[in-house]
Amino acid sequence: MTAHAPQEAPAGHEARGRAAAAPDGGAGTGGAGTSEGGTGGAGTGWAGTGGAGTGGPAPRTYEAALAALSALRPELVVMTAENRAAIRGLPPVLGARFVDVGICEQTMIGAAAGLALRGRTPVVHALATFLVMRAFEFIRTDVGIANLPVTLVGAVPGFLSDGNGPTHQALEDVALMRGIPHMQVICPADEEELIAALPAILDSRAPTYVRHNALPAAVAHAAPFEIGRAELVAPGAEGGVTLLTYGFLLREVAAARLVLEEHGVPVALLNMRSLKPVDEVALVSAARRSRLLVTVEDHFQTGGLYSIVAEVMVRHGVLCRLRSLSLGERWFKPALLPAVLAHEGFTGPAIAGKVLAELGEQALLDKTLVDIPGGRHRPAGRR
Amino acid sequence: MSSGPATPAQGAEAPAAPASPRPEPRGRWGLEDLPPLALRVREHIVRMATAGGCFIGASLSCADLLVYLYTRVLRLSPETLADPGRDYLFLSKGHDVPALYGTLAELGFIERERLGRHLQTDDSIYWHPNRAVPGVEFHSGSLGHLLSVGIGVALDIRLRGGANRVWVILGDGELDEGSVWEACLVASALRLDNLTAIVDRNEFQANVRTEELVPLEPIPAKFEAFGWSCHTTDGHDFGELEAALAPLRTAPYVPGRPSAVVARTVRGKGLPSIEAKADRWFANFTAEEIEGLLAELHGGPSRGITSEGLVVR
Repeated sequence: MTAHAPQEAPAGHEARGRAAAAPDGGAGTGGAGTSEGGTGGAGTGWAGTGGAGTGGPAPRTYEAALAALSALRPELVVMTAENRAAIRGLPPVLGARFVDVGICEQTMIGAAAGLALRGRTPVVHALATFLVMRAFEFIRTDVGIANLPVTLVGAVPGFLSDGNGPTHQALEDVALMRGIPHMQVICPADEEELIAALPAILDSRAPTYVRHNALPAAVAHAAPFEIGRAELVAPGAEGGVTLLTYGFLLREVAAARLVLEEHGVPVALLNMRSLKPVDEVALVSAARRSRLLVTVEDHFQTGGLYSIVAEVMVRHGVLCRLRSLSLGERWFKPALLPAVLAHEGFTGPAIAGKVLAELGEQALLDKTLVDIPGGRHRPAGRR
Repeated sequence: MSSGPATPAQGAEAPAAPASPRPEPRGRWGLEDLPPLALRVREHIVRMATAGGCFIGASLSCADLLVYLYTRVLRLSPETLADPGRDYLFLSKGHDVPALYGTLAELGFIERERLGRHLQTDDSIYWHPNRAVPGVEFHSGSLGHLLSVGIGVALDIRLRGGANRVWVILGDGELDEGSVWEACLVASALRLDNLTAIVDRNEFQANVRTEELVPLEPIPAKFEAFGWSCHTTDGHDFGELEAALAPLRTAPYVPGRPSAVVARTVRGKGLPSIEAKADRWFANFTAEEIEGLLAELHGGPSRGITSEGLVVR
């Protein structure tokens, strides 16, 4: 891989006590989860965030959070493939526990597995595309099969790669990572949520993929971060629309909600920050009470939130009309983030417009469909 | 070794299940004890080459190397498998695991009876290493992984100030994988001189001679160019293995550099009827052929093989 630069735009874009019985049948002879020399987690959460509060007050940046966590957890190491933009201040803080392998993603992951075998909990920070794709088989084989407590933080995922172009556009990272057994997938809406998630992720001791996101708070987060729990940002109303999203797009989708409510459409908003495990209760509830679900994601349509929602609804036998606002089957036009959002139709107003169009289409369909006794539907014009 | 393992059974009269002498603690093995031990390991390998078969060629090339390491080098015993101060051996080429199974069985890490459950669903004795087998540090099978995993272990040992060392056995065909060379760069950059890579240089990829497909030579010069210190040895001569590997038990060849050893070996070593044959990498012989091969292993004449050669992978 040659030039990654500019890796992270200057505009601020920007790791389980014990692996369950290792799926490869580890005999407990120094394999996964036996944590040789490890000292275990140092407690959960930051003070005042609803956790045990042993972690002190929540730091204000991702980098400061990693520094604080490394001070509390001697087993924590931070690794990178020379993607230092978001963690450039860590080398002097972590010393030998900061491991930069250069542009060697595969070796980085193999080494992370080796460190985890020795009881370390590596937090691997690298560009999302190269982390999850160049090193995919290493993640699946070394981290996945052994079920090791390695946290993978994918930098500049989705739209956040702005002007880099399709080589750097991680639009399938969620699909790839959630396909690996035991791998958790966490997509914080902003830096505050990313910081809140880190202790929970490390305490989980599960292999975890995190979409890095250091943007300012998208909404005021009321509920503490919890793996497997969605955040209900707005309750909406029975028979209304539910918007579902994750990552920095929460900001845009929250803006879209306001536009829609101005048009008299009641809108619930779910921050799907934990995509795996996913909050099935929240999804089923949304499907039951809404007339339309809309998933909004900077991801290909296949394998992301749209697929997750469809899978959950089918599994529970609760069906609701579901529309995907995603990149579908294409890469996006490279530009700075605001221009990308405008061009691709992912600003708040553009998202609202698409939802209104969808509702209009449904109203039209409703007009042309009539109920047939027995519950079957048929277009009115063909009677 | 007077109190050592029982004398191996001779010829085709070898019992179906090998005798079960008590495992010898490491350090009690003299060089003169190793040929009979390696012979028993080879018997295990041959016995696994039926009823589904195994990678017999790649296993026989590696047998002496593993026997030497487990008896004369590694600070490791069945009692210290979870000791953070143990030496680590990673089998990166993976398909030579029958040689490891045989070695682990002979040295008391696993019960010999488990080898009889090769490819059975009630055990985990299959074609590639996995950690359900005590003594296997990490699974492999996908080539080009365990040098990187070994880097992580070696790095942590250094972080904790440990004196233990990490050994990784690579296949020569495995050197095709770019990730091996990526790991070589990184190990050198991190100055991991507690890490040693040993190449089982049997001159074959899966089904083709390496130099006829993707030439690898000069291998030592490649390692040297990547910042390693590299020696070459005869992978079947215990005296030569001693000369090349014993110094690495406590120190690298050159301080600050990872060490590499190219062990020149013969695929199928010990069985003239399959030695250095491209189509005898993986073999699945009949029970009669196995009896003949066991006799051949003990110096008997080749009775011939009628099973067709297999092209796998």
